[in-house]
Amino acid sequence: MPEITRAEVAHLADLARIDLSDTELDHLAPQLVVILEAIASINDVAADDVPPTSHPLPLTNVFRADVVRPSLTAQEALSGAPVEPEQQRFSVPRILGEEA
Amino acid sequence: MTTRTAEKVLSFEEALAGFDPTMGLEVHVELNTVSKMFCGCATGFGAEPNTQVCPVCLGLPGAMPVVNEKAVESAIRIGLALNCRIASWCRFARKNYFYPDMPKNFQTSQYDEPIAFDGWMDVEVDGETVRVEIERAHMEEDTGKSLHVGGATGRIHGADHSLVDYNRAGIPLIEIVTKTIPGTREKAPLVAKAYVAQLRDLLLALGVSDVRMEQGSLRCDVNLSLAPAGSGQLGTRTETKNVNSLRSVERAVRYEIARQAALLQSGVPIVQETRHWHEDTGVTTSGREKSDAEDYRYFPEPDLVPVAPSTEWVDELRASLPEPPRERLARLQREWGFSDLEMRDTVGAGALVLVEETVAAGAAPGAARKWWLSELARRANERGAEVADLGVTPTDVARVQALVDEGRINDKLARQVFDGLLAGEGTPDEVVEGRGLAVVSDEGALSAAVDRAIADNPAVADKIRDGKVAAAGALIGAVMKELGGKADAGQVRELILAKLI
Repeated sequence: MPEITRAEVAHLADLARIDLSDTELDHLAPQLVVILEAIASINDVAADDVPPTSHPLPLTNVFRADVVRPSLTAQEALSGAPVEPEQQRFSVPRILGEEA
Repeated sequence: MTTRTAEKVLSFEEALAGFDPTMGLEVHVELNTVSKMFCGCATGFGAEPNTQVCPVCLGLPGAMPVVNEKAVESAIRIGLALNCRIASWCRFARKNYFYPDMPKNFQTSQYDEPIAFDGWMDVEVDGETVRVEIERAHMEEDTGKSLHVGGATGRIHGADHSLVDYNRAGIPLIEIVTKTIPGTREKAPLVAKAYVAQLRDLLLALGVSDVRMEQGSLRCDVNLSLAPAGSGQLGTRTETKNVNSLRSVERAVRYEIARQAALLQSGVPIVQETRHWHEDTGVTTSGREKSDAEDYRYFPEPDLVPVAPSTEWVDELRASLPEPPRERLARLQREWGFSDLEMRDTVGAGALVLVEETVAAGAAPGAARKWWLSELARRANERGAEVADLGVTPTDVARVQALVDEGRINDKLARQVFDGLLAGEGTPDEVVEGRGLAVVSDEGALSAAVDRAIADNPAVADKIRDGKVAAAGALIGAVMKELGGKADAGQVRELILAKLI
């Protein structure tokens, strides 16, 4: 049976940048266990001769030629920015301690 | 947190006395495709910010990526040139992380199914060959470029923030990862540098990248760990980023060896972390602690179907590979009969291809080297130009040498022919004609000049008659002077000896 601890949920929430309260963690951890159990039922039908599937389409090698196509204008690109652009660039909060 | 205080280091010699270094090198190379990895945006360097972006590389909802075929082709050719096996089937994967340089909040990369794996490259250091094993070469995309704006600019709340340009986001990258390179001891810094230098030459010969380290199209991360000398163990490693010149690769390896040794010797364990290399001060500083691989929560990219190169395609690409740089150098040296020093000088002067083409145009290798490395390299130097940019072609040089070989000019006159070529006076033959440089080959005129020289120098002539052949030099000089240098010295000498002995 899959087991997922409260600490693991907290870690996943942190990775996904989701702020979860203690109450929410208590609530979600057992729920995730139930979800994982449900998905694990696939193991009952999985056979050695069936490779894991990541794509439902029987396609490979879908390529485009190396040809330049028109881009957006900078104005169009920046039009959805949540914060007023500066120097024709997206303005984002600095993540502390990341870049030297 | 980042600390700028200088850390204690041991001397390189002390460090090696106590510890064995093990390295791993990760090189990111930007391909020179004209469009991005998954969309048709242009890839030119230096465009105005956010002018080479579209819904795909900005990660806008609903945008669908499509793989650039040329990038896959380049990846396979790189893999083949590194003696790798090529995957017959592989997928892209999402590497999930939140950092503003990736607007999608994931980087499209490859995880456990790289397109190329299990290769090697032989690296030459001080005449010794070190085999560097290649773990994998995989396809991914570059990130955007951040401009950090400090709080010292007097802005409201003084808050630090960053400005991002996504022109670079989505440019095809190939990440080439070595296996750990053990046992290089004191040569570790030089092996690292030689590996990156040779890899750069290889990528250049393949024509897949501009490989300009100063523009970031070739970037190197250095993984390094130490273990007690002779223990055969593997220590905890650090990953030093931002090592972006050949000289820095060598210096960063040397510095990390000395820094880690100082910590270990005083009983402080190494923390597995990312470190940043500072070109100006020559030190590394602590960055963030390295995430575990699981933290990126890789999973197969659902928007892209697998890449499955057929055997025929791979064979076709294999046939398009250039001769590997080292093999080519070795072959040319063998064919030309150059010494190691002569070969190094030729490469160093940027004249390898010029000499090769001059030889192909019919000149002897030694003569081709002589003209390019002495005469033409000197003139290029005077003009502050590259020898290849002088405007003198290999065909010209081969023709000048042919004129010398035919006895129509001598070396001294050949130099004047180069003057004429550089002054734009036409072909070598036209310069010889226009400047009246041909040697006097008219037997009658030569004979008369020799007779006069003998008559003017009776004492010298007597010595030669007595068998002192070496004295002929004085007479040759007199004849050359009379003919303004336009005579073949060998021919004059023969004439003098024939008349006197």
